[in-house]
Amino acid sequence: MIDFLVSRIYYLVSFLLLGFGAYMMIGNANLVKKVIGMNVFQTGIFLFFIVTAFVDGASPPLLTAPEPYVSPLPHVLILTAIVVGVSLTAVALGLIVRIYEEYGTLNEDAIRRVTSDE
Amino acid sequence: MNDLPPFLVAVPLLGSVLALLAGLVRSRSGWPVAVCTALVQTGMAAVLASRAFSGQPVRYVVGGFSAPFGIELVIDGLSATMAVLVAVVALGVLGYARVAGPRSNAFYATYLLLVAGLSGMSITGDVFNMYVFLEITGLAAYALVASGEGGRSARAALKYLLVGTVGASLFLLGIGFAYVATGTLNMADLSAQLAAVGYESPLVRAAFGLLVVGLFVKIAVFPIHTWQPAAYAGAPDSVSALISALVSTIAAYALIRIVFTVFTVEFLAANPFAQTVLVAAAVVSIVAGSVLAVTQREIKRMLAYSSVSQFGLIVGAVAVANGTALTGAMIHLVGHAVMKGGLFLTSGLIADETDARTVDDYRGLAERFPVGSTAFGVLALAMVGVPPAVGFVGKWYIALGAVEAQAWPLVVVLLLSTLLTLAYFARVIERIFFRESPDVDAGAETAPDETLFTDGEGEREADDAGRPPVSTGMRATVVLAAVLAVVLGVAAFEYGQLLEPTIARLLA
Repeated sequence: MIDFLVSRIYYLVSFLLLGFGAYMMIGNANLVKKVIGMNVFQTGIFLFFIVTAFVDGASPPLLTAPEPYVSPLPHVLILTAIVVGVSLTAVALGLIVRIYEEYGTLNEDAIRRVTSDE
Repeated sequence: MNDLPPFLVAVPLLGSVLALLAGLVRSRSGWPVAVCTALVQTGMAAVLASRAFSGQPVRYVVGGFSAPFGIELVIDGLSATMAVLVAVVALGVLGYARVAGPRSNAFYATYLLLVAGLSGMSITGDVFNMYVFLEITGLAAYALVASGEGGRSARAALKYLLVGTVGASLFLLGIGFAYVATGTLNMADLSAQLAAVGYESPLVRAAFGLLVVGLFVKIAVFPIHTWQPAAYAGAPDSVSALISALVSTIAAYALIRIVFTVFTVEFLAANPFAQTVLVAAAVVSIVAGSVLAVTQREIKRMLAYSSVSQFGLIVGAVAVANGTALTGAMIHLVGHAVMKGGLFLTSGLIADETDARTVDDYRGLAERFPVGSTAFGVLALAMVGVPPAVGFVGKWYIALGAVEAQAWPLVVVLLLSTLLTLAYFARVIERIFFRESPDVDAGAETAPDETLFTDGEGEREADDAGRPPVSTGMRATVVLAAVLAVVLGVAAFEYGQLLEPTIARLLA
C-alpha cells in the first residue's frame, strides 16, 4: 500500500493541490485568498500534466541525448496554460482592486452585508 | 482563398489591436473599427459556410505541421453554423452598442477579442486548442462583464471568473486524461485512439466526465449555474445580450463536439451511466431553471435563469444522441441566441426608455412604449415555442428525437418545459399587455410625481450623460431580432435538411 502510494506520490500531490485550491476558493471569505486558491488549483493541474510526461531515467528530448526521451508536448501545453493562468490572475486582481475601491473591504461576507441584492 | 479558415480568428484579433491603436489617435474610433471587422468576419464566415455546406468539411492545417501532430482547423456544417452565428450576432449587437453600450475603445477591443475566441472555438479541430480559445473567450467575457459601472458588475465578473476558471481547469484536466490514454490531441485522431484504448477504460471514462463537467460549468447547467444570473444581471445591456447569445451557446457547441466528434455515440452506448447523467442534468436544469426564473423580480435575472432551463433542453438533445435531436439542438442553439440576445437588448431598450427593470415595472408598458413591448412579446412567445417561431422548431425536433430514442422521462419534461417557459414569460406578457399602467401614478400621485420630475431635472441630465438616449439603431436591432426569431422558424426546416449530411457523418 505504502509502495503503491509512494510510486504515485506526484499524482497524489497534484490532486491534493486541487483539493486545497478548491477548498480555499470556497472556504475563504477574503477575495485575494480566493484568487490564491484558484492559483493553487491550477498549479495542481500543471503538476499533473508534467508528471504524465515524466519517464524514470529518461533524458530531455534533444538529439544529442541518449534514449529514452521525456515527452516534450505536455511541457509545451503547460507553458500555454501558465500564460493563461497569469492573465486570469491579473484580471482577477484588477477586479479586486475595483471592488476594494467600491466597498472598502476585501471580505466577501462584509460586502454581502452591505449590498442587499442576491 | 484556401487560407481563409485561420483568418476567421486572425481578423478579429487584428481588429482588436487596431481598435486600441486607433484610440490613441482619435478617441471615438473604436466603433467604426469594430463594425468593419465584424462585416469582414461575417463575409468570411458566410463564404466558409457555403463551402462547408456544399460538400466535405473544410480542413486547414496550421503552420504546415501535418494533421495529428499540428493544430487543425475543421469547418463542417456545425462549426460553420456557429461561425456565422457569432459573426452575425456580434454585428447585430454592435448596431445596438453604438449609442447604448460602454463606448470606450478598450470595450470594443475586448469585444473583438471575444469574437476571436468564439470563432476559434467553433472551428478548431484540436482539444487543447479548444481549451486555449475557451480561456480567451472566458477572459474577454469576464472583462466585458466588468465594463459596467459600479461594484456590482465587478463582483459579478469576479464570481464569473472564479467559477469559470474552475470549469476550464476541469476541462484541461480532462484533456490531460485523454492525452495520457491516447497520446494525441487532434479530435479526429482522438476518436480513433479512444476506441482503440476501449471505452470501458477508467482513464477514458474519467476524461469524459471531467470534460463534460468542465463544459457544464461554462454552459451553466443547473447546480453549477450560479455565476450566470449575477454575470448577466451585472453586465451592461449590450454585453449581457452578446454574452447570453454566444458564450454559453459556444460552450454547448463544444459539448456536442466533445461528445460526438471525440467520444462518439459508441462511447455513450458502451457507458449507459454517462447517458443517464446527461439526461439527469438536462431534466434538473430544465425544471430548476424555470422554477428559479419564476421567482425572480428583476427581468434580466429572470432571463438568465431562463437560459439555464433552455440549455437543459440542449443537454437533453445531446443525451438522446440521435440525428433528429441533434438537428433540434443546433436549431435551438441558433434560435436561442437570436431570441435571448434579442430579449436582453429589448429589456435594455425598455430600461433606457422607461426605467423599468423589474417585472412589476412592466405594468401597462404597451401603452407607454409599444415598439419595445411588441418586440418583447414576440420574442417571449417565440421562446415559449409558439409555432411559426424558431423556438418551436428547435423544441419540436428535440422532442421528436427523444420520442425516437424512447427516453420517456425526458419527453415528459421536454413537453412540460413549454409550459414552464410559459410560466415565467406569461407573467411579464400579462403585465405588459393586459394591465393598466400604474393608475395610481396617473391619478392620485400626479402632484408629487411632477415635483419629483422638476426636482430630478439636474439629476436627469447627469443620468443622460451616463445613460445615452435611445437611438434608431437600438430600436432597429431589437425589431430585427424579433423579426428574425419568426423568419428563422420558417427557414429552420430547410436548415435542418442542409445539416443532414454533417450530422450523419457525426453519428456514423
